[in-house]
Amino acid sequence: MTFSPALEEKFARILTIYPPGRQRSAVVPMLLYAQDEIGHVSQEVIDEIAHRVGIAPMQVDEVIGYYSMLHRKPLGKYHVQVCTNICCLLVGGQSLLEHASKTLGIGNKQVTADGLFSLEEVECMGACSWAPAIQVNYDFHHKVTPERLDRLIEDIRKAQGTKQVS
Amino acid sequence: MPVEIDVTTVYIEDRPYPMDPEQNLLHQCLSAGFNLPYFCWHPALGSVGACRQCAVKQFKDEHDKHGRIVMACMTPASDGTRISIKDSEAAAFRAGIIEGMMLNHPHDCPVCDEGGECHLQDMTVMTGHDYRRYRFEKRTFRNQYLGPFLNHEMNRCIQCYRCVRFYREYAGGADFNSFALRNLVYFGRDKDGVLENEFAGNLVEVCPTGVFTDATLKRHYTRKWDLEFSPSICTQCSLGCNISIGKRYDTLRRVVNRYNGEVNGYFLCDRGRFGYEFVNSERRIRQSRLRTEAIGPDAAKRHLRDLVASNPGVIGIGSPRASLESNFALRALVGPDRFYAGIPSSELELLRLMLDILRSGPAGTPSLREVESSDAVLVLGEDVMNVAPRMALSLRQSVRQQPIEIAKRLHVALWQDHGVREVLQDAKGPFFIATSSATRLDDIATECCRGAPDDVARVGYAIARALHSSSPEPQDLADNQRAFVESVTNAFKMAKRPLVISGASYRNIGIIRAAANVSRVLPGATLSFITPECNSFGLAFLTGTSLEAAIKAKPTAAIVIENDLYRRLPAPEVDSFFSQCAHVVVLDHLENRTTTRAELVLSTATFAEADGTLVNNECRAQRFFGVFPPSETIRQSWQWLGEWENLDRVIADMSGGVPGLSGIAQAAPSAAFRMSGAKVPREPHRWSGRTAVLANITVDEPKPPVDLNSPLSFSMEGNPDQPPAALIPFFWSPGWNSAQATNKFQEEIAGPLRGGDPGVRLIEAGQGEGIPMASRAAESDEDARLSAPNRDRQGADAFNGALFASVPSAFQPRENEWLIIPLFHIFGSDELSRAAPAVAQLFPDPYLALNADDAAKFGAEASVMGRNLPVRVTPGLPQGVAGLPSGLPPLEGIMLPAWSGISRI
Repeated sequence: MTFSPALEEKFARILTIYPPGRQRSAVVPMLLYAQDEIGHVSQEVIDEIAHRVGIAPMQVDEVIGYYSMLHRKPLGKYHVQVCTNICCLLVGGQSLLEHASKTLGIGNKQVTADGLFSLEEVECMGACSWAPAIQVNYDFHHKVTPERLDRLIEDIRKAQGTKQVS
Repeated sequence: MPVEIDVTTVYIEDRPYPMDPEQNLLHQCLSAGFNLPYFCWHPALGSVGACRQCAVKQFKDEHDKHGRIVMACMTPASDGTRISIKDSEAAAFRAGIIEGMMLNHPHDCPVCDEGGECHLQDMTVMTGHDYRRYRFEKRTFRNQYLGPFLNHEMNRCIQCYRCVRFYREYAGGADFNSFALRNLVYFGRDKDGVLENEFAGNLVEVCPTGVFTDATLKRHYTRKWDLEFSPSICTQCSLGCNISIGKRYDTLRRVVNRYNGEVNGYFLCDRGRFGYEFVNSERRIRQSRLRTEAIGPDAAKRHLRDLVASNPGVIGIGSPRASLESNFALRALVGPDRFYAGIPSSELELLRLMLDILRSGPAGTPSLREVESSDAVLVLGEDVMNVAPRMALSLRQSVRQQPIEIAKRLHVALWQDHGVREVLQDAKGPFFIATSSATRLDDIATECCRGAPDDVARVGYAIARALHSSSPEPQDLADNQRAFVESVTNAFKMAKRPLVISGASYRNIGIIRAAANVSRVLPGATLSFITPECNSFGLAFLTGTSLEAAIKAKPTAAIVIENDLYRRLPAPEVDSFFSQCAHVVVLDHLENRTTTRAELVLSTATFAEADGTLVNNECRAQRFFGVFPPSETIRQSWQWLGEWENLDRVIADMSGGVPGLSGIAQAAPSAAFRMSGAKVPREPHRWSGRTAVLANITVDEPKPPVDLNSPLSFSMEGNPDQPPAALIPFFWSPGWNSAQATNKFQEEIAGPLRGGDPGVRLIEAGQGEGIPMASRAAESDEDARLSAPNRDRQGADAFNGALFASVPSAFQPRENEWLIIPLFHIFGSDELSRAAPAVAQLFPDPYLALNADDAAKFGAEASVMGRNLPVRVTPGLPQGVAGLPSGLPPLEGIMLPAWSGISRI
């Protein structure tokens, strides 16, 4: 398979930065960039990356299994990640997750029917000082209240022009 | 090999113990006899410090009362170290670790196949954890189908990572891995399917609990404590791995590894572990018969005696899969002149040549442990993985020997498994393979060279020549051959412990001679020959003549023991032999084509019912003992053929009567051996049902069967102490019910068994009663003596210039004809394991192997030697060479290599 020219260029560069024979070190960045472009890591992507760095697809699979930010199933266009680790938990992370679940009408690791949102309960993302924190795709949102969360979701929906699913 | 080591003093509970500073504390505490629980550490796999189970308290000095908890497996046994195992904090820590594991480990011991021999059970009891405080659910997994040998039950996993370390790193498997993280870590394949690695079965013993259990045992399950065990020797290749065989009632239930520090160490191959089921086969001959009538044992024996008396010309045909004793009994019955080895001359001559070479030295033949420690290896003409699988596992370790020097230079302790692997990365030491087709070890080879068997021999000769100018020089080598020769030569010159491996697979005398030349011009080298069957060398010691000679003798009567002649020679030749032979007696245990031609068939014991001696590929004579009590109808070949009172009488006659075999009595203690006046019990002391198994017949407890042939008893009674190494029926020690109990039987962990590893070597380098070799070159000139830079080799002066001179000419492909060579399969080529249902699931279908160019000419199917076979593209086959799978019906009995046309269908 081939990727977009921009991504191909990135891959070509990544593969040169490791010493000869250590190309498998490129697996993690390649997976992340491929996921950014495609939305998830498909079997096709796994096979292709394994082929390019010269390891078995199963060894790529092993990496994906280890890193929770790599996903083998398609996510929503906006991936809402709610932290329930200790600091966030103490200031309402758990109820924030429950609230998000109610507002979006989906459970943990599920995707809305329109494919716009997905929800995931995650471990600490290093935003403890501003707990509770959530992350939507690569954007952080600090000191989130249920109301702020609703507004955020509403804004995204409006921007997308889709109607509410409940 | 015990080497001189510095000894340090380590204080345990304030008492001094001498320890090896090159080792870690766990290894040394276990060696000193302490009970210290562990999971992720394995004597053959080293330390990774993953499980945190071997925690001990370490103190700075004798005044330090506080101490700190360290992992014994990650702490060197350096001088003056003070530790406490009993310390209450350390003990509580260890119990806490087990409690953590038990959060998810199911409470299914009563229905788990591992129960009763589970390392996790043992360690749990050892730490004292006994109460579950955690009130939440256990995590569960979906299990996978992993093939006919192993069951998978992931819920039981405690994430010690031993399985993936063994499978991927030690055994070189690629289709097994660890997935995910935290308490969801999963060990398995990426999808259901048969595990590809030939050593996957070891996971049964490597896994400390019941994630991987023996699927063949499951079909006739019995707890370890209810099995009756014998020390036995694997009969499914020439390496003679030590096995412990377990039976209950009339079924052989399973085979597990029996540690022998010099031979198999901790591991077996899957054919050896799972091929045992032929013993329970429906094809077993359990009753003697005269023509088609069943006949009692006494009448059968009488008939045999009368037949021998009335046919003075009766000949005996022995077998490389029968014990020395059985072959000798046949030889004694018919006379040495009328004893035939039962194998074609093409094989017999090679076996004799190999023995001659080993006897005259100077290269010694290595044990598998020595194979493992070789630092440069050349394989000439052997597909080691498929012919002698366990040796392939040793070779996988040998390629680490040279790179490990890097770790030594960096002061990384060699037991630091992860550290050493980080240093080594993918570095591999010199390992060269010259064969006629791809092998399963090519992935670790520095270089491979493919050629027809004669070309393999020429490459071998060229290497010998490059190492020493008095070895003959093959002319006109191809460029790729030259390059290969140069690489091997350079590597061998730098090596400290070079090894040459060769054998009889291609039935090519040139290859064996070339291997001998290389080993002879390379001081310090060892030479390992792989022989075709479990007692091939033993048979060669008995000096019979070939099977062809037996046919040519046109006897009126013949006695064949444990040998299906249809697997040895083409069917028409065997047919005509049997047709002209008026009386044929066959002693065997499985029905085969040969038994159908017999007038008298005597029901004969398998290895599991018999006692005897086998000579493995390093000329190590090893005794095996049966696990089934003597049967009225089934007898051992030597019992049918002679009147010896017991096995020791046969051994005494044989060791006195056959040159070279005088040492075999030392292979194991005689039947008269007693420990404190008692025999060694075959049954664990918890063996149940002794008084109940026959209660439906009689409530009187019968006397245990008498075993005249061994110092083992068919009973749980006897001396419970540790017997001599050759007599250990099973490994068990108080508190150690699993295979890990092996620790308690070794002089030092992973070292020899107490009193020395079993078996006696019949040939030591250059010490044999050698027969002068036919073709020897002139004495080497003084100035041609090897200079050995950078090394100090004692063997340099032993070089005596005895070199083979006849280099074969280069292989010439023929027009419209191919040289058909045999190709071997770990599952399928061996005769007896073919009758084991689990192994049978992995047989290939018969095929014709061609290289890609030739295959394109013929399409999907082709006709060869009168048979239509599917074509399989086989990498590496040279132009003009084709292959047929060896020993696979209907292709058995074809004499390969042979020239044959191949035609389109």
